[in-house]
Amino acid sequence: MIRDITLGQYYQADSPIHKMDPRVKLIGTICYIISLFLFRSLSAYAVATVFLFAVIHISKVPFRFITKGMKSIVILMTITVAFNLFLTPGDILVQFWRLKITRQGVEASGYMILRLTYLIIGSSLMTLTTTPNNLTDGMEKLLKPLSVVKVPVHEVAMMMSIALRFIPILLEETDKIMKAQMARGADFESGNLIQKARNLVPLLVPLFISAFRRANDLAMAMEARCYRGGEGRTKMKPLMYHRRDYCAYGTLFLYLAAIIAAGKWGPF
Amino acid sequence: MGIIKAKDIVFEYIRRDEEGNVEGITRAVDDVSLDIEKGEFIAILGHNGSGKSTLAKHMNALLYPTEGTLWVDGKDTADAANTWDIRQSAGMVFQNPDNQIIGSIVEEDVGFGPENMGVPTDEIWERVGESLKAVGMYEYRKHSPNRLSGGQKQRVAIAGVVAMHPKCIIMDEPTAMLDPNGRKEVIRAARALNDVEKVTVILITHYMDEVIHADKVFVMDKGKVVMQGTPREIFSRVEELKELRLDVPQVTLLAYELKKAGLHLPDGILNTEELVKELWELS
Repeated sequence: MIRDITLGQYYQADSPIHKMDPRVKLIGTICYIISLFLFRSLSAYAVATVFLFAVIHISKVPFRFITKGMKSIVILMTITVAFNLFLTPGDILVQFWRLKITRQGVEASGYMILRLTYLIIGSSLMTLTTTPNNLTDGMEKLLKPLSVVKVPVHEVAMMMSIALRFIPILLEETDKIMKAQMARGADFESGNLIQKARNLVPLLVPLFISAFRRANDLAMAMEARCYRGGEGRTKMKPLMYHRRDYCAYGTLFLYLAAIIAAGKWGPF
Repeated sequence: MGIIKAKDIVFEYIRRDEEGNVEGITRAVDDVSLDIEKGEFIAILGHNGSGKSTLAKHMNALLYPTEGTLWVDGKDTADAANTWDIRQSAGMVFQNPDNQIIGSIVEEDVGFGPENMGVPTDEIWERVGESLKAVGMYEYRKHSPNRLSGGQKQRVAIAGVVAMHPKCIIMDEPTAMLDPNGRKEVIRAARALNDVEKVTVILITHYMDEVIHADKVFVMDKGKVVMQGTPREIFSRVEELKELRLDVPQVTLLAYELKKAGLHLPDGILNTEELVKELWELS
């Protein structure tokens, strides 16, 4: 059933990584991504690899779920690798016509593959182990200081969580409208791209109208339940750091120390 | 003064054309006065466009009367300073179950109201548990609302209002989009709240069979209250109800027709048992 789809790619499992505070995971992911781009040495990547696989192992997420995210970036990766491979000046290894492959180019593209792969795996590990709502909560709390300079952090987070709740409902509605229009002779499949786009109008107009109506109803329901913005609001499930979160911060710090050490004084 | 008291309230919608010029004025609520006592189960009946939903929105300070005054728990709804107190003491359940559930897990949605009121975390959990139990949805507290039936969703919405500890709950056609089973569930939950928790319930509906248990019924037409009284008093006026395009419950209609045909039956029979008893006594 269409209502069952979960947005994002949360993988339900019972692991310390799943239970961790979303703030730790957010900060951890950002630090990990930065650490990937700090050094260009094999020892540093060895540290990054060990850390990544250790976290994957603890998270109990099957490996094939993690690599799923890789498919989407194959094209981007090919282009980046091609540029690095052919356009890096240096000692020429192979040359056909005007395309030169240099030793430095091979090296650079190798690092690029590693970086992009680890970047995708690292960030999809975060989305695989954190529910979208938890992630929104974490972001709200982390960005809270910005509300001093009038950034509507709470409002944006509320919008995100409402959007997440309504995506399955709107999808179901799209399906319903599509069937209703098809029953009245609408054609969503034939024709070229422009015709297809034009054929979507009888789907989009009712969908938008209904979405606005829903938004209106929802706003009224929220007001009726005393919603008046983030001020003076308490949380039913406040984010609180537990012991494992402090341990995770400790581990993260150790990892950063290790990768800096490996990058600076590593043998390769 | 009762929990909700209205004195001569009028509400006008101003219709405008595309340039914003006034095209006409519609009186959605026309000179309504009512007084609702604490702990009562009130039903407001009316055909589409009779102004019953507009009246309901006044009781939650979502709309303000154009003329007249409405007091909820002794507070004037027109005074902006009272808005949040009023919305806390008079909770509201709407028609569409999908469009009033905010949380993506049942318990989070029920906690939304108390969160807005600034209730401390421990107490929110207590209230959420209590109110989910009160509507019989406690086992579903970890579920996603998307996977519940219409009746279940509507009960979650009721729990969300109950968790705010209101003095009265206004239900604006809560059963209009539900199947017969869902309707029964919701009405049962509403009656249980009134019986057990002593919450004042104001049920707005156009289904006649939902109002037979009410303490008092108001019938609205064209913005005016045209009939009021106990369900028995209302249902004994079958001809008037028909004129208002409201369907009388089948048993009541049968008893009415039998009486017209010459049988000696009392007015306003509300359920099958009553009719059977009366018929038995006849023979």
